[in-house]
Amino acid sequence: MLQIRLHGRGGQGVVTAAEMLSLSAFLEGHFAQAFPSFGSERTGAPVVAYARIDDKEIRTHEPILEPNAVVVQDKTLLTAIDVFSGIDPNGYAIINSAEPAEQVVPELVAKLPQGHVLTVPATDFAMQKIGRPLPGAPMLAALAAATGVFKLESVQKSFQTRYPGKVGDANADTAALAYDYIMNIKNGGNNA
Amino acid sequence: MLDAIKFYQTGSNTVGNRLLNPSMRAVQASVDRPNTLISGHRACQGCGEALGARYAIDAAMRATGGQLMIANATGCLEVFSTPYPESAWRLPWIHSLFGNTAAVGSGLAVAARVRAAKAGNTNVPRVIAQGGDGGTTDIGFGPLSGMFERNDDVLYICYDNQAYMNTGVQRSSATPPAARTATTQLVGDEPGADWGKGKNVPLIAMAHGIPYVATASVCDLKDLEYKVEKAMSFHGARYIQILVPCPLGWGCASGNTVSVARLACETGFYPIFEAEYGKITSVRKIRQKQPVINFLKMQRRYAHLTGKKADPKVLARIQALCDDNIKSFDLLGDDIPETMPVPVQAHERSHEV
Amino acid sequence: MLKQIEGSLGIAEAVALCRPGAVCAYPISPQTHIVENLGKMVKTHQLKDCEFVNVESEFAAISVSIGASAGGVRTYTATASQGLLFMTEGVYNASGLGLPIVMTVASRAIGAPINIWNDHSDSLSQRDSGWLQLFCESNQDAVDTHIMAFKIAEEVGLPVMVCMDGFVLTHAFERLDIPSQEQIDKFLPEYQPREYLDPKEPISMGAMVGPEAFTEVRILQQRKMYKALDVIERVTKEYRELTGHHSGGLLDCYNCENADVKLIIMGSTVGTAKDAVDELKAQGINAGIISLKSFRPFPYAAVREAIGDTKKVVLVERHFSYGARGILFPEVARALKGLDTEVHTAVCGLGGRAILGSTIKNIVKYSLEGKFTDELTWFDLDSALLNSYLKDTEGVTLPEGPLAESVLEESLQKVRA
Repeated sequence: MLQIRLHGRGGQGVVTAAEMLSLSAFLEGHFAQAFPSFGSERTGAPVVAYARIDDKEIRTHEPILEPNAVVVQDKTLLTAIDVFSGIDPNGYAIINSAEPAEQVVPELVAKLPQGHVLTVPATDFAMQKIGRPLPGAPMLAALAAATGVFKLESVQKSFQTRYPGKVGDANADTAALAYDYIMNIKNGGNNA
Repeated sequence: MLDAIKFYQTGSNTVGNRLLNPSMRAVQASVDRPNTLISGHRACQGCGEALGARYAIDAAMRATGGQLMIANATGCLEVFSTPYPESAWRLPWIHSLFGNTAAVGSGLAVAARVRAAKAGNTNVPRVIAQGGDGGTTDIGFGPLSGMFERNDDVLYICYDNQAYMNTGVQRSSATPPAARTATTQLVGDEPGADWGKGKNVPLIAMAHGIPYVATASVCDLKDLEYKVEKAMSFHGARYIQILVPCPLGWGCASGNTVSVARLACETGFYPIFEAEYGKITSVRKIRQKQPVINFLKMQRRYAHLTGKKADPKVLARIQALCDDNIKSFDLLGDDIPETMPVPVQAHERSHEV
Repeated sequence: MLKQIEGSLGIAEAVALCRPGAVCAYPISPQTHIVENLGKMVKTHQLKDCEFVNVESEFAAISVSIGASAGGVRTYTATASQGLLFMTEGVYNASGLGLPIVMTVASRAIGAPINIWNDHSDSLSQRDSGWLQLFCESNQDAVDTHIMAFKIAEEVGLPVMVCMDGFVLTHAFERLDIPSQEQIDKFLPEYQPREYLDPKEPISMGAMVGPEAFTEVRILQQRKMYKALDVIERVTKEYRELTGHHSGGLLDCYNCENADVKLIIMGSTVGTAKDAVDELKAQGINAGIISLKSFRPFPYAAVREAIGDTKKVVLVERHFSYGARGILFPEVARALKGLDTEVHTAVCGLGGRAILGSTIKNIVKYSLEGKFTDELTWFDLDSALLNSYLKDTEGVTLPEGPLAESVLEESLQKVRA
């Protein structure tokens, strides 16, 4: 079972991202589950959402304390809360930032295997294509690129299912940018 | 005085059915009357509520061709009409709770529409929700307001006897000032119900902008029947509040129910009017103005105002309320108020004596 | 049809498949998404011959439901927590009137202190309301139980509360198999009320009943509850054959063969517990899970049979009774009358505190190691938080770890001494 924890702030589509992550996995025939950290947080407050992917029925409903991957949609959370708490030593971390991971989270980069801690300028990509700071789709695409557990096309299709028309297409375009960005890093391209 | 009243009574519609053109006669004058609330129920002698309900529901039965259902609040009317295993109701009738009758009515209206639509039937049964003043102005007020704002197709009838009679005559928000109830005793510096309290639900109903609002009284049963029939000609939320004296609670002779109700109107104590979409369309004019003392002295709930020890200042205060009603509803003039009258409670609150 | 959707949308789709004529609700988290989705289906005519009523309170929601059900249409509403308490008078009224309303309770704690998270204090507060109370262990179970609930309610002539854990299930986005309309039309035919308000055949409902017949009326109501036990089993069997889904029932056993201890659990914790006992099995520890689905009527015989000759039973409860102890204990003790089974209550997961797999494992080990000293023990406590208050105010300190009720009582004696 792959367990993913997503951190962001209210209004950034963190819960939607977790749901779309589960939908992407579902579209590929996996069992998946997504749920928010239930609270009464208002816009701007730290928000956590969870997702699980497995090849058999997911029965547990406990929150994810030891994630295999952590997605941080808002860099300002890094100094506010311990977003990487309990992370699997072989896990992945994707952070929304235009700066390289070595600068943003040097300690985590040292702790996890090489290539497992990645940054992606998801908000910049979202502003280019969607026109609003909604980093959900590019963050998922980056996770897809980093882990290979699910496909870019599934991320795109999940957003296009949730938001038929222009908004879904814009999310799909943004996702493609992020996917290519991470693949470029993985392949030792100039983003690295 | 009593002679004068009797004389006056012969000129009204109540006794005059036989003098009327048949088309104008009351439903109750017909041998074919629906008898929806049939005799044998357990109301007290002279019960104003039983009288009002009988006329109102029979009129609605006639207006709807018998396609009528009732939701009834807890209270005297419910208790005296349906002691298990008997029922005095000859139409579909439900009692659920004290405070939810308007909402139960809304639910019945939904069911009637959905069932009729499914069956391809255009004759949709209509719904009346009814209760006493306590069930209406106090505990059931939230659901009543909700039913109004949704404009649900329900006629709500409040039988207003100005206190909780079923539980033993306790004060409601429809109890008038200075009146004795079991919770506003005739003791202390200001005996009876407090001044400057209470709410005026007919005006509140009008403020919801619903299609039809009316007040009526068992002293004018022809007018009552007319208003119920008129109400059934509208769809949407409607409200009729009927003054129904309670011989037990008011402390009046059971043979005087209609007389005391009439004096409530003729003194300006209880304005009778109707309104459509928030605007008054008719006012029942006072035919022969009476001083309020004539109304008060028939009732032991006001014994402290009419005896030897009576405080003339308090009597003047009640008279002032009646005069205020006469003025704001134009009960003596030829006009209909252009704007919504100010509730009489405001008069008291703004002019502290 | 397989879908990856939020639990609440799954419930809305399940309810829509049952073709209700009236849906009425007042917003309260975490029930909102269910009725929002249903309202939309009515507005888009996906759900035909149905009215959706936005009311001014839960008291009105249950009351409009009472009116609609008495008026002869299939009726659904949903609520939670404070909302359920606000409608309580109508909840009791609906069962007394024998109206087959189906209501979701998206279970949540009751304040004060205000708390929007899951436990079972709302549904269990309505234990004696005369409603059937069916608990769901997963969203698939909840989808299926809602559909079965209409059939059970209409056959028994009593309303049914479908209790699903608020947020944990309602807001979880999972794979659901939603039956087809054809399947459900076959399973649940068009609603034929046994009696309703109809001008063609007028009846009076809700008359006053005095001491001469009230007890008899209540006995007949109780008899319906016993009938419900059979109806639930029969309807479950029929539904499982139709859909192939293993949902519903009076209770469900997992890993119960030769189990050294059995946990009785209601709601979404069952799933977490199944994973936990699988892990324990790998360590050679054999624990079974009894997922209690029907809390009212309480299936005494089925519980006794499910426990069998297992000597240790722990009731994992997300609620308790102030001034008394667990809610399930007296029922289970009654079911096991005459047997020498040890029964204990573990209270945890109040007000949204997550029940983890480790919680379940701790409870199992606590039982097998014979550490239960008292009928009720509290698990997963923040002892430091408790002691920071008690030490300052009363000068006592409670031990770390699981807290037996007797220790709580003894701490008072220490204060007196």
